[in-house]
Amino acid sequence: MGLRRVAVVGAGMTKFMRRAMETGRELAWQASSMALESCEMTRRDIDCVVLGTAPDTFDGVHMKGEYLADGAGGWQKPVMRGYVGGGTGVFSPIQGWYHVASGLFDTCLVVCEEKMSTCLPHPQAAFLTIFDNMLERPLGPNLIWIFALEMHRYMTVHGVSKRDIALVSVKNKGNALDHPCAQVAQKITVDDVLNSETLVWPVSWLDISPVSDGAVALVLAAEHVAKRVTDKPVWIDGVGWHLDSAYWTNRDLYYPKYVEYAARMAYRMAGITEPRKQIQIAEPYDPFSYKELHHLEGLLLCGKGEAAQMTADGVTQRDGDLPVCPSGGLLGVGNPIAAAGLMKVAEIFWQLRGEAGKRQVPGKPTTGVAQAWGDLMQVGTVTVLRT
Amino acid sequence: MTSEREYPGTPLTDGQLRRGEVLLVEHEPNARYAWDAGVAIGRSLAELKKGRLVGRECYRCRRIVVPPRMFCEQCFRPTDRWVYLKDSGRVNTYSISYLRWDATRVAKPSIPAVIEIDGASKGMGILHLLGGVKPEDVQMGMRVKAVWKPPRQREGSIRDIRYFRPY
Repeated sequence: MGLRRVAVVGAGMTKFMRRAMETGRELAWQASSMALESCEMTRRDIDCVVLGTAPDTFDGVHMKGEYLADGAGGWQKPVMRGYVGGGTGVFSPIQGWYHVASGLFDTCLVVCEEKMSTCLPHPQAAFLTIFDNMLERPLGPNLIWIFALEMHRYMTVHGVSKRDIALVSVKNKGNALDHPCAQVAQKITVDDVLNSETLVWPVSWLDISPVSDGAVALVLAAEHVAKRVTDKPVWIDGVGWHLDSAYWTNRDLYYPKYVEYAARMAYRMAGITEPRKQIQIAEPYDPFSYKELHHLEGLLLCGKGEAAQMTADGVTQRDGDLPVCPSGGLLGVGNPIAAAGLMKVAEIFWQLRGEAGKRQVPGKPTTGVAQAWGDLMQVGTVTVLRT
Repeated sequence: MTSEREYPGTPLTDGQLRRGEVLLVEHEPNARYAWDAGVAIGRSLAELKKGRLVGRECYRCRRIVVPPRMFCEQCFRPTDRWVYLKDSGRVNTYSISYLRWDATRVAKPSIPAVIEIDGASKGMGILHLLGGVKPEDVQMGMRVKAVWKPPRQREGSIRDIRYFRPY
């Protein structure tokens, strides 16, 4: 395709927290400077900046991208803000990738920041504005409605139980105990999940990721730069994204086709023909427990309706055959929306370099996939990384 | 390597905020909007006032879609005609909500559902609420019918249907 190879060469992140003392700009600065230090680069080495952050309504700051840009190293540089809802965190490195792959820039700093705590009394109120303004908002929906409706549809079509799904929360919150940035790491049991408060049945309290503040940053570089700054580049070998219709009640919610299409686009680019054999580690988006299963199926890492069995069999444990969310995911580390997605890409980067500390999966994986999802149950964003 | 280093960020507790140990700047915006309902939804709301559900048909893909739209997003051409739908349908999926829109809790839950509307193409659902039924008695695939407000109380809103009940 005439595209240049692009590597991730550095990563940084803040703790994920229910409420950070730092402003969004300060969080962006902390993650950005840590990412630059990790690869011994400075702002001067950066050609362009991509900034990912979710709706301005959370912060109550209009043009949040411009507001944050100083903290993301954007002063007097080409800066671009991208936004596809919850999918933003994996979409931003895709944007960074094409900035560099195209030959337009040699380096790109990708920064994702979210500060959800600002919105009072609860950021749920801001989510109301994602629903159709004419026919849905008058019904007083809550964001969790659509997840509950989707989860129930998924459970019904495949005969999956709440108990099967609860295993995902147990695994991810447990994995997060080894993540120094984790907000809600916990050792829990399936019964803890089942006995936690029902918010919107079938979704219970422990099926949901928390509200979070935090930031993550990556440094991307073209091959000739990457080889100069590190002997362990991690290549972005495939990218894909796909959007379905906002008429979400006109689709069968049991299966995320748009995730499959995004995955197929990324796999084709990376030359992956048998995902289950060629991918050794996965970070699918897990804002809700069932979403990990839903997304594993959309990523073609198992057949439709098979993800629950794969989880029950222990395949997705950190020491299993296909470690899934070894970071602890959004359920354990936290969910500062755009930053949460980029955290997944950072986790694959650290895992493939063998730098994930206590979270390190065995077997020296060489290929990993990170995926995010969002908007009105309609966007899938996928990146394939390789050593 | 990553677990050995210090990660930045300073978590705050509710107590620190209550005790005023950190300073906040507050603002309450007065944000009000009035959306033009447009061609398709404008007609749809007018029909709701008359106690009817309406869809649009695309002659190319032969779908009858609801909510109605003036163009087919798949064929990317104008839709062709209005179709009156029944005010009944089938529960595609449902949930039981103990939350208000702002995440505060309610004692008596509501039952949001996606309802596939009779007369529209297969799988064409709308979001609405179920009523006149206990949450534990709702079934996937259950047949339901709209319960309308009395004509004089209708105002051209999706809420002119109070809820859908089993029938």
